[in-house]
Amino acid sequence: MSHEVANLSDPGLPDHVHRLADSDPAAEKKAERAVAFLFILSALGTVLFIASYVYIPHNLFVFVPILGSTNAHQLFLGLGLTISMLCIGLGAVHWAKTLMPDNEIIAQRHEFRSPENERKEFVAAVKEGAAASGLGRRSIIKRTLGLSLGLVGISPLFLLRDLGPLPKEQLQTTSWKTGTRLVTDPGNRPIKPSDLEVGAVAQVLPQLTPGEERTLNNIGKDAVLLIRLRTEDFQLSPERLSWTHEGIIAFSKICSHMGCAVALYEQQTKHLLCPCHQSTFDVPRAAKVIFGPAARPLPQLAITVDSEGYLIASQPFTEPVGPSFWERSS
Amino acid sequence: MLLLFALFMIGTTFSVASASTKQASGSLSRSVAIDEGRQIFLKGCSSCHGLNAEGGSIAPSLIGVGAASVDFQVGTGRMPMADMTVQAMRKTPAYTPEQVAAVAAYVASLAPGPAIPGSEIVNYERDGSTAEGGELFRTNCAMCHNFAGQGGALSQGKFAPTLMESDPKTIVEAMITGPQSMPVFSDKIITPAEKLSIIKWIKAAQVEPSLGGAALGRVGPVTEGLLAWTLGLGLLIGIAVWLATKAR
Repeated sequence: MSHEVANLSDPGLPDHVHRLADSDPAAEKKAERAVAFLFILSALGTVLFIASYVYIPHNLFVFVPILGSTNAHQLFLGLGLTISMLCIGLGAVHWAKTLMPDNEIIAQRHEFRSPENERKEFVAAVKEGAAASGLGRRSIIKRTLGLSLGLVGISPLFLLRDLGPLPKEQLQTTSWKTGTRLVTDPGNRPIKPSDLEVGAVAQVLPQLTPGEERTLNNIGKDAVLLIRLRTEDFQLSPERLSWTHEGIIAFSKICSHMGCAVALYEQQTKHLLCPCHQSTFDVPRAAKVIFGPAARPLPQLAITVDSEGYLIASQPFTEPVGPSFWERSS
Repeated sequence: MLLLFALFMIGTTFSVASASTKQASGSLSRSVAIDEGRQIFLKGCSSCHGLNAEGGSIAPSLIGVGAASVDFQVGTGRMPMADMTVQAMRKTPAYTPEQVAAVAAYVASLAPGPAIPGSEIVNYERDGSTAEGGELFRTNCAMCHNFAGQGGALSQGKFAPTLMESDPKTIVEAMITGPQSMPVFSDKIITPAEKLSIIKWIKAAQVEPSLGGAALGRVGPVTEGLLAWTLGLGLLIGIAVWLATKAR
């Protein structure tokens, strides 16, 4: 047996295989009927669509396996339209694939460069056009055209103004000021320390001064969570401990990672979870990050009580709440 | 040793206290219920919670948790716990309603605590407001129990259960006692009237019809995205393959 490998000739394109419907009249008839069947199915789908619009009450619910209890009106409207449109498409594709001409055509790629005479004609046409417009002679038109095109060119620059204005102090500050009362959200009722048992939480916002309106922008910065623990559970620095009141500790609800509302408080583990990226904050240790992508603890709000015994902020937040931004100092 | 001694002291103190409470209670049927509850407690609960409900290394003290806590935990079958791994699961209750009431009376006699909500909650349909309940739910409950009350994940395998089977009494009991991972939502923070609104909203959510067909668990983009990426994309790929296949 020889170990020499014979030179392989270029096999070229495989032979064109004709379809059954091209040679067999019975198969052709069958394909024709299949296409017609799909189009009739489509027509029936439209009839179903119209009939369900007219005859099925819009509040009728039926049980369908997998889907569960489903509105029959909507279900059959959708089903009818799906059948009608899908079957038109399926029929058209089947028609094209089985019955329409099946010729393989080879088209060679042409050369990229245009023929020499076409190139010459193009150059001549451009020159003729330039001469006809008279731009060289009519200098006032040339200049005014230059002015208008130049001005149009710089107009998008003005839209850049909409990237601003700069937020200035808005990212650094919240509505909490020294002496602002804590009120329930919703309800706007002031809170006394005795309103919270150990293990209780309260979602709070700053009390509005008369005439002030609560905007979503403000809620997005001001939302605070109150949690009451046993005082002996705290593992805080003396300064942070002085920011609590009778075991009640207050944290910004705005996650220091991406700004989601952190309020999943597990009473037994005393962990506070962010629902978006599972950052976990340990409440007794001043919301220290113990899991997840958050880079900083949640800012703590210093609280105390006023002369009437209601909880108030004893100072504004000492750091910006929420996620990091360029100008943030820490 | 010191801890054991302390526990012993606490237990003794409270058994004395409970005895005096019993004597103070004028109603005979009430003290009978407390006695019966104590018997059930000794058989079914004391191995973990201690002979005098003082708690132990594996279970918390029940002194001061109140009747509402017992009614919630035992009445929904969460206690006694079937396994002590992650959290107590809702299951068929081990005790009859009368037995649950007796244990609740016994635990309530140990120290004051939240009482089982009375008949005022049956009027949630009349006195509650679905709109207000929805607002309260979204601020206070939705982060754990999902925006449609379907429940959600917590840390380490714990989870907030679905509210789709909850009745008004257990909803209020859960809010005022803070069972397991759940914090307490006291009556001063969410008033009893507001609690009725929350119940009305949950009850409305339980029967909310699904106009758009399969609700896919009402958990938002997770199941919807999964379906779109697997079923939807799979269908498109199938059609593309069929289009490119040569007919025979």
